[in-house]
Amino acid sequence: MRRTEVRLSGEGGQGIILAGIILAEAAAIYDGANAVQSQSYGPESRGGASKAEVIIADGEIDYPKVERPDVLLAMNQEAYDKYAPSLKDDGIIVIDSTNVTAGGTPSFQASHVRGGPITGLARDLGREIVANIVALGFLCAVTGVVSRESLEKAVLARVPKGTEDLNRRALAAGFSAAQAEASRV
Amino acid sequence: MSAVPEPTSAATGRSRLLQGNEACAEGAIAAGCRFFAGYPITPSTEIAELMSEMLPRHGGRFIQMEDEIASMAAVIGASLGGAKAMTATSGPGFSLKQENLGFAAFTEIPCVIVDAQRGGPSSGLPTAPAQGDVMQARWGTHGDHPAVAFCPSTVSEVFELTVKAFNTAEALRTPVILLMDEVVAHMREKVALPSPGEVRVVDRPRPSVPPGEYIAYGPPPGAPAGDDAYVPEMADFGTGYRYHVTGLTHGKNGLPIGPGPEAEFLVRRLSRKVEKAAPQLELNRNELVDDAEYLVVSYGGAARSALRAVRLAREMGVAAGLFRPTTIWPFPFQAVASLAAKVKGILVVELNLGQLSLEVERAAAGHCPVQQYGRVGGELMRPSEVLDALLRLTGRKV
Amino acid sequence: MGDIHRYLREYYMPHIWCPGCGHGIILGAVLRAIDIAGLDQNNVAVISGIGCASRATGYVDFCTLHTTHGRALPFATGLKMVRPDMKIVVLTGDGDTAAIGGNHLIHAARRNIDITTVVFNNSVYGMTSGQYSPMTPTSRFATTAPYGNLERPFDLCALASAAGATYVARSTAYHVRQLTTYIGRGLAHKGFSFIEAVSQCPTYYGRRNRLGAAPAMLEWQKRNSISIEQAKDMEPAEREDKIVTGEFVNQTVPEYTEVYAQLIGRLGRQGESR
Repeated sequence: MRRTEVRLSGEGGQGIILAGIILAEAAAIYDGANAVQSQSYGPESRGGASKAEVIIADGEIDYPKVERPDVLLAMNQEAYDKYAPSLKDDGIIVIDSTNVTAGGTPSFQASHVRGGPITGLARDLGREIVANIVALGFLCAVTGVVSRESLEKAVLARVPKGTEDLNRRALAAGFSAAQAEASRV
Repeated sequence: MSAVPEPTSAATGRSRLLQGNEACAEGAIAAGCRFFAGYPITPSTEIAELMSEMLPRHGGRFIQMEDEIASMAAVIGASLGGAKAMTATSGPGFSLKQENLGFAAFTEIPCVIVDAQRGGPSSGLPTAPAQGDVMQARWGTHGDHPAVAFCPSTVSEVFELTVKAFNTAEALRTPVILLMDEVVAHMREKVALPSPGEVRVVDRPRPSVPPGEYIAYGPPPGAPAGDDAYVPEMADFGTGYRYHVTGLTHGKNGLPIGPGPEAEFLVRRLSRKVEKAAPQLELNRNELVDDAEYLVVSYGGAARSALRAVRLAREMGVAAGLFRPTTIWPFPFQAVASLAAKVKGILVVELNLGQLSLEVERAAAGHCPVQQYGRVGGELMRPSEVLDALLRLTGRKV
Repeated sequence: MGDIHRYLREYYMPHIWCPGCGHGIILGAVLRAIDIAGLDQNNVAVISGIGCASRATGYVDFCTLHTTHGRALPFATGLKMVRPDMKIVVLTGDGDTAAIGGNHLIHAARRNIDITTVVFNNSVYGMTSGQYSPMTPTSRFATTAPYGNLERPFDLCALASAAGATYVARSTAYHVRQLTTYIGRGLAHKGFSFIEAVSQCPTYYGRRNRLGAAPAMLEWQKRNSISIEQAKDMEPAEREDKIVTGEFVNQTVPEYTEVYAQLIGRLGRQGESR
């Protein structure tokens, strides 16, 4: 049975948990796989560490937590430093290079680290708040854990009415950045 | 603590990704719940938030009371008015509910209490899971009283057992506890919600006799002579049946009585009516137990780790099986007793220092060794930890 | 005026109240007020907590609910929410309402939910044989105040008024006609109505404080009662031992279950237009 463990991490206010829900819905509702999503957060609504976990499988999911992620999204330095060492040997880390400098932990190969200026791209779109959607686009393009069509449907089903176009552009910006980055690697 | 906008609806008949707490609210609406009183507390607050949105759309009513005690009281008052009623809380609030939970048990007023267990004791770990309220669900309120508690392990089961909690509360006229934990309450999974017509809904037995012949706590008409486990018929307040409800020990007419055989009969009847229904309430979702030599007993969120551990053990050639009760009160005593006679050992896996394991030990009655593996630091145990404990039980080197 | 015996469960008599207790007078006033109001006996719920006064629910022939200590109001709130058509009367004592149920009182008043609360205030915990309550005056004696009460009592009507009750009145067992009138106005009022009825407990409070038997205590109620107008002209020291009777609040404010029904109506219409 295929089981992919995804950990999304950053700080409160970055939309980490919503990103986890959207990813899980893309997998479970639109791709037809199974998914379990869970999260942990501190007592702060803004700031403080935030973590969402998504497990995607084509069969039953028993243990619902991530043990060693296949995919890690690190939206700030603290999250990167904390979770990068837990990555599976052949896992992939996606970093927001606006906030994160990779390295310092040489236990995995640099080729496992994929990054783009996620928060910067969101600022370019005029709304930093869509950084989580940019990140999902980037992560989807790099890892293929869900299909792009399903991800877009899941994003549009969850975001507030009137912001669909902004979020569609955020998703596309993430995809383009990943493709541009891939051509450099 | 919901920072995320949640689209909500009644059961729609299609697959949705739902949080355990959302599935609980959906299950309640599907079961006919039309009143909710609550007080904010992590990790159950989403249930109150959803009910505040959904109930008025279904002609029901929501109220946020001044405290947990008042919430439980309001739920009982609403149930007496004929509405299916629920409250939701977590450990600290569950402690406060106990006073009126006992009142509901003694006066036989149906209601559902959700306890999304979090790390304890006291304020403990508000956003972290635990299963430390298992014995409180059984014995938390003073005096001898019956207890019914269901423990879901999946989000689908949260929906299913919420409906069952209402149906059981109504059928038996007793409070029913949905004993969730933070793992299940906050995790999201795909749930295929049944359409409203597909949900079996039970209503309390209402009077089959006119007010002049109604005896509030007497046996229902047609009950066999000497029935000492009956469920009395329940009249809604304001329907022409005038009667007294009191938390004092009462006779069949509902009015207070003193010590003696009638008091003895009442307290025994309440426990008997639930014991009598226990076989119908029992629901064990077992995996790989038929040929098991070692049995893992686990429930709620912890059972997710236990199930993985059992599968890992099988891969290693250990004949392990999972016994997973979803009804923990009444405890499935006979089922555990008969398995204990067959297996070489039992490992109880739960997020506490040994609560349901006490019942398992009683049921095993020395037929096989019983060990408990628990965690109380707010983290769900990993499958590898359970596997190690299981291998230790088998005598293998870890 | 009809015969109030039809509202009594006489088969459950004798009651537990001591000879000379003021509670029977107050219960009589409640039943007369219900009778005068012409309420449908089947559509009245009478709800109480724990204590001497709260035993009243056992003796009256309505839908009656004798709850846990201090909790009558939240039980009543739940019932009223799902049965807004019912008339809900809460009968409670001073310990039940002012101590263990104090939080429930202020929030029921704040919501302005349509419940009529009558507090039988005898300044003492009678059921447990005479401990001091939040309504025991300073320096009076009780079994748990053997050297005199060190605490200050509440002004319950001021408390209910401040919390937002929309009908607030006080009278005494002695002034039973006035009391009946106030309870009747409370029943007719749409919203949270609060009537404090000063009662006498000759067995515990009266004896321990050498106030004499019931007639003397009723005489004391008569002598010490002053109207709101009289009280206005008095110095605080003069007012200290007095019972200020009258109507403190009587105002119209949206009632909670009606506001909730409007919400349901609004959401229903939105659903139709969708």
